[in-house]
Amino acid sequence: MSQTSTPARRRPTFSWLGVVPFLLFTIAFLILPIFFLVVGSFQDSQGNPTLQNYLDLTTEQPATAYKNSIQLSLITAVIGGIFGFLIAVAVILGRLPRAIRSAVMTFSGVASNFAGVPLALAFVFTVGQLGLVTKLLADVFGYHLWRDDFFGGSFSLYSMLGLVLVYLYFQFPLMVLIVAPAIDGLRKEWREAAENMGASSFQYWRHVALPILLPSLLGSMILLFGNAFGAQATAYQLTSGTINIVPLVISAQIRGDVLHNPNLGYALAMGMVLIMAVVILIYGLLQRRSERWLRA
Amino acid sequence: MSFLTLTNIQKSFGTMVAVEDFNLSATKGEFVSFLGPSGCGKTTTLRMIAGFETPTSGTIVLDGGDITYRPPNKRNIGMVFQSYALFPNMTVAQNVGFGLRVRKRPADQIQKRVTELLELIHLPDKANQFPYQLSGGQQQRVALARALAFEPEVLLLDEPLSALDAKIRVSLRQEIRAIQRQLGITTVYVTHDQEEALSLSDRVVVMSRGRVEQIGTPFEIYNFPATRFVASFVGQLNALPATVVDAGSGRLTVGGQEIRVSARIDAPAGSAMSLALRPEMVSLGEGPEGSNRLAGTVADVDFLGAIVRMRIRLADAVIVALDVFNEPTLKLPAVGSSITISFPADGPLVMAPGSEAGSGTSAAA
Amino acid sequence: MSRFGAWWAWAIFIIAALYMLVPLVATFQFSLQQNPTGEAYRYIFNDVKFFAGLGYSFLVAVITIVISLLIIVPTAYWVRLKLPRLRPFIEFMTLLPFVVPPIILVFGLIRSYGRPPLAITSLPHGSDVVLIGAYVVLSFPYMYRAVDAGLASLDVRSLTEAAQSMGSGWPRILLRVIFPNLRVAILSGAFLTLAIVVGEFTIASYLAPWSFAPYLSQLGVFKAWSAAAVSIISFMLTWAAMGILILASRGSAGRVQIAGAR
Repeated sequence: MSQTSTPARRRPTFSWLGVVPFLLFTIAFLILPIFFLVVGSFQDSQGNPTLQNYLDLTTEQPATAYKNSIQLSLITAVIGGIFGFLIAVAVILGRLPRAIRSAVMTFSGVASNFAGVPLALAFVFTVGQLGLVTKLLADVFGYHLWRDDFFGGSFSLYSMLGLVLVYLYFQFPLMVLIVAPAIDGLRKEWREAAENMGASSFQYWRHVALPILLPSLLGSMILLFGNAFGAQATAYQLTSGTINIVPLVISAQIRGDVLHNPNLGYALAMGMVLIMAVVILIYGLLQRRSERWLRA
Repeated sequence: MSFLTLTNIQKSFGTMVAVEDFNLSATKGEFVSFLGPSGCGKTTTLRMIAGFETPTSGTIVLDGGDITYRPPNKRNIGMVFQSYALFPNMTVAQNVGFGLRVRKRPADQIQKRVTELLELIHLPDKANQFPYQLSGGQQQRVALARALAFEPEVLLLDEPLSALDAKIRVSLRQEIRAIQRQLGITTVYVTHDQEEALSLSDRVVVMSRGRVEQIGTPFEIYNFPATRFVASFVGQLNALPATVVDAGSGRLTVGGQEIRVSARIDAPAGSAMSLALRPEMVSLGEGPEGSNRLAGTVADVDFLGAIVRMRIRLADAVIVALDVFNEPTLKLPAVGSSITISFPADGPLVMAPGSEAGSGTSAAA
Repeated sequence: MSRFGAWWAWAIFIIAALYMLVPLVATFQFSLQQNPTGEAYRYIFNDVKFFAGLGYSFLVAVITIVISLLIIVPTAYWVRLKLPRLRPFIEFMTLLPFVVPPIILVFGLIRSYGRPPLAITSLPHGSDVVLIGAYVVLSFPYMYRAVDAGLASLDVRSLTEAAQSMGSGWPRILLRVIFPNLRVAILSGAFLTLAIVVGEFTIASYLAPWSFAPYLSQLGVFKAWSAAAVSIISFMLTWAAMGILILASRGSAGRVQIAGAR
């Protein structure tokens, strides 16, 4: 830090210029557009300030959209989270051949990035009315997935259940990727110390391993929640935009004012941003906790 | 009366033999160290006692019961790990009480025992702190308390001090020994540090390449090393090349000068041997009547504090290291000056020549 | 407790493998169903719109990568070297795209740049500019992370001082010293961006309906067999990009790059 005084004094004056392009881009293509939405969300159609748009979020359509979105994200986060965790545990601690471990990690990297239109199509070709699995079930077991009784109801891929099924395809590989480092961080000595003190395998998991992993597990699931909450393309392709979840309501709102109030659309969008911000915040806090534990 | 007995223990990983022909019987309350370089099998043996490894053959008997194949969580043996292995999600008190908790002891009993142990390790005020809030030395003391809390029959320590600073190492090692004496618990201590092993133990097991080289008290190990490995690994050692002149009368030459040793020599005249000689056996000057005397020049003088180590060159490649106690009246010879050194006839051990013949002092790792 | 792994581990692995692989097999099988076999592929390879869409998306991705690198590398370098106090702020800014889902971003972009006074999208190539701008911003989080991790593994200060002592100016230091030493980090950020941008649907469907993902979406409606074929091609492209990414980052501190769903 101690340098000759002349350059040291001159440098602070101009050095911030180095980050100007970055800031300009972020402002132009992120901050400004969001700013327009924020301002719009606090205005009525005449441009007068109001909170009415936010109050209107509790009316039926927006409220249902939020409820559905949260439900979809929660279910896929929990199922994808638990299943992804089990896979990561199986691959890392289950003494499977090394090649399987690296294959699973690589595939998870690809699968968590393989979302949107092709993913939705792939599921149509699998369990759609003409899908491979649908046909196999009919030919081999005589069970018609779409026609016959399905757990007391009827099956449709273009429903919330269908969305859950498809979303899991990118949810649990993502879980594998983000939770794997935490499982790797479980030290062999912890298990040995627990066994040494008389703990059974169950007691080790109950009192040591799961509590140590809990912050990362919760954090990862929260990230999965956000991941599903913000996803639009998969649901759009699968349901042609007909299902009532927030991202699809917003995409319909962009094409034509389906809410019959542009400003309500802005408030709907801001609600989404708010939820995502809370998600990231909680994730950060949990992450910090688990890092503090594992640092020693 | 043997309390912990290992009989003909062998352990192989695939084709690699990690431990073979290991026999030990320790009495109740005894402090035994396994000493050796890394990869000598000492940790593997310890882990077999703990139950983390199963011997390929042989038996382990504890207090009359065969525990060779008993799972680790059914053994009632406490272990302290090199890396502490404290549970990061638990407080100090919860860590110490863990063994009692999994044994389903009542909470008040656990609490009482934890308080007792925290007093024992002098950390009574840290009960509610987490491991990451403690220093390395404190963490290792907690790990010790944790391993003792459920009153195990045997305490195992796997290089418990090697992750700590030199100063803390010495004080903690004394504390471990004091606690062990106070509780009278049978203890097996693994280390690669000969000073630790010698200062702590009732008996030391010196190991090399999966085999026991010698089992004995620190005194025996240091003064009467059974093998060339023990001699060179424990303490400082001069290994001098020598040639037999007459085996019967114990006469040899070192660097062209004749000496006489009282040790038995099993080699004909003219064969090459190796003399093992501790630096503290060698003195400056001519010594008492009957001493072996060697003439040389001073190669260098190392002032080490309490002692001064000198290296005396006898011939081109033959250098003898010797230690003298530092005292105010000591007159240090100048480097390059001629000097006479001496040692008693029963000082050196005579061994078959090895790879280190011709070198000067071979220091323990 | 055999050495071939625990039975429960195999069970979980096999269930997961089935769930992951069956949709891919089904898609591939579907793409071959049309008579004669291979017709689905023949159709798209004769479809001008397929190549136009793929080409456009590829070009957009490449431009995005170049702009993103030109912004992020100097910024990350500068922050590390001169403005360490700005670090939390920059990290916060690179976190924002995670908070703003693409559907919200494109909503805001259209409201800001689709109407006066800033009606950029009605200018020639205006929507291309907005599209690329959005992608650049979306690429910031992982570009910054990749590059910053790369810089962390280099001793930036020493490298810079060594270069300066030999008389190099700033642009030269960046171009000749810092960029080459960040090759792995840059490649990993670049290929992730490529995989994401080429397949991006949400923003593209509004600003560039002729690009690859919207094309595939429409194909799914009226030419299902060919859509299956394109899905397989798209999956293989993702594999290729991720494969190169993994090859490139082999040996370096392996960190997982996550882009998120669409």
